[in-house]
Amino acid sequence: MSATAPTSPSSRSGPVEPAGPPDSPDATTTAAAAVEVRGVSRRFASRSGDVVALSDVDLTVRAGEFVSLIGPSGCGKSTLLRLIADLDRPTGGELTVFGRPPHVARQNHDFGIAFQQAGLLPWRSVRANVELPLELHGTGRAARRARATELLGLVGLADFADHRPDQLSGGMQQRVAIARALAESPSLLLMDEPFGALDEMTREHVQTELLRLRAESGAAVVFVTHSIPEAVYLSDRVVVMSARPGQVREIVPVALGSAGDRTDGLREDDQFFDRVRAVREALHGTDGATGVGRGVDQR
Amino acid sequence: MRRQVVTGAAGVLTLAVLWEGYKLLAPDDGVVVAGLTVLPRSNDVAMPHLWDMAARAAAPVTSAPGAEPLWLAVGQAAAFTLGVAAVGWVVGVTVGLLTATLMQRFRTAESALLPWVVLSQTVPLIALAPLVRRWGSQLEIGAFAWQDWMSVAVIASYLAFFPVSVGALRGLSSPDAVHVDLLRSYGVGWWRTYSTLRLPAAVPHLLPAVRLAAANAVVGAVVAEVSIGLRGGIGRMIVEFGASASADPAKQWSPIAGAVVVGLVAAGACVLLSRALDRYRVSEVS
Repeated sequence: MSATAPTSPSSRSGPVEPAGPPDSPDATTTAAAAVEVRGVSRRFASRSGDVVALSDVDLTVRAGEFVSLIGPSGCGKSTLLRLIADLDRPTGGELTVFGRPPHVARQNHDFGIAFQQAGLLPWRSVRANVELPLELHGTGRAARRARATELLGLVGLADFADHRPDQLSGGMQQRVAIARALAESPSLLLMDEPFGALDEMTREHVQTELLRLRAESGAAVVFVTHSIPEAVYLSDRVVVMSARPGQVREIVPVALGSAGDRTDGLREDDQFFDRVRAVREALHGTDGATGVGRGVDQR
Repeated sequence: MRRQVVTGAAGVLTLAVLWEGYKLLAPDDGVVVAGLTVLPRSNDVAMPHLWDMAARAAAPVTSAPGAEPLWLAVGQAAAFTLGVAAVGWVVGVTVGLLTATLMQRFRTAESALLPWVVLSQTVPLIALAPLVRRWGSQLEIGAFAWQDWMSVAVIASYLAFFPVSVGALRGLSSPDAVHVDLLRSYGVGWWRTYSTLRLPAAVPHLLPAVRLAAANAVVGAVVAEVSIGLRGGIGRMIVEFGASASADPAKQWSPIAGAVVVGLVAAGACVLLSRALDRYRVSEVS
């Protein structure tokens, strides 16, 4: 899994903020970084030539920090998340998760993961779905059961433990998936547009719920999204990416207080709109370039 | 449930009415147009009355003193064939599952095996049966000696394994990418992924395949009995009694009915199996 020679063409253009230690107010600076990304590239070979999904990306996510990745379709934000999760390997550069290579972190169960699809196993009850990672990793039956009960209580689905996933609404399924991701109390959560398929009202509700869960668990989160307000509402920092090749265009600090202090009222706060504007400008480029923000949900 | 029973009974009754109705209305020698028989003969040799068949089933098999009633002999033959078919079914389903697992695990195995799996079904069964018997008869390991019924079971399994291997391959490859990614993120190996994800996800594909396999196993067993010449089964009985059809036309219909019962029992067993696996038959959720 050693990094091969850097293959990225040095075609950096536009303002790329160096990913050195950014100044987020509520980061725990003492612990090792949750995620370190150094000069990472990912190319996909295709019949019509190589496609560069990611080019020379640098990023540091500190322990306990909530970082969103946002950008137009094809900017490689999901690819970056998959690289962190060791669901894919970079073609250049180096990644570490808590100071370890991603595949080691994966074997150590250092992170929990949630996707756009809830991905619940339909033949298992809600409870058994939450228990799945614990069961696979050899946790005893009683401990599993207790943990699942606790988590389902946390996401407000205690009464649905014995239901089947197909009896739940999309929002509820997604909350089960989040409970499952939290099952082993990971210190890093990787989320790939987990609320992308939900309607607006459900979405705001689960966003607030995620903030609360995160405040309680203190986990770092890497969160891929299409939505600027969602990114601003949830994050300590928003990483704005640009497409073809996928690069980090700018990192916008949000600084709207710690996760536990954020409530729905924040959505109508002037500071919130201010940060939304900052992210939008970063996406579109200050030079007024058009088309960059395509595919980004501006709700 | 009750409606199903009524529908089933109505189906049987309709068949009986059609049989007797045709026999009543059609001319004895059938309908012949320009030398071609377009509708079958309806005389008592070709189409005995249903009640004659029933009466014959209650009568002894032969006129020899102490002969058992025909229905009992047919029942024993049917049970024998069912047993052989069941052995063939179990072997076929096992081999089919193993083949599919191998093909799912190694892509090279899929490209190497799948064409042969398909090709295997183009070999005519009648041609295969004597070969299997001859190969089998050369097998002798210690106290184990090859029996003819084993050849029949092998042929039944040969027909049964095909739908299972194809269906299971589809089923084992059916999990969503998100599920495969999820299990990978848990750092579990191939075997755990297979047992917690692939196998349960394959059930909706497997059940119809297993039902087809049961039907194939019964047909395979009946036909192989005839071409191998195995005594004691229902296939052989149909041929034997058919030879004396002109003298005793109602007699051969008993083993034919017996063969139908064997098929029904096999299908029923598959329904029970589906019931047991009911919780894996849910449609996929997002």
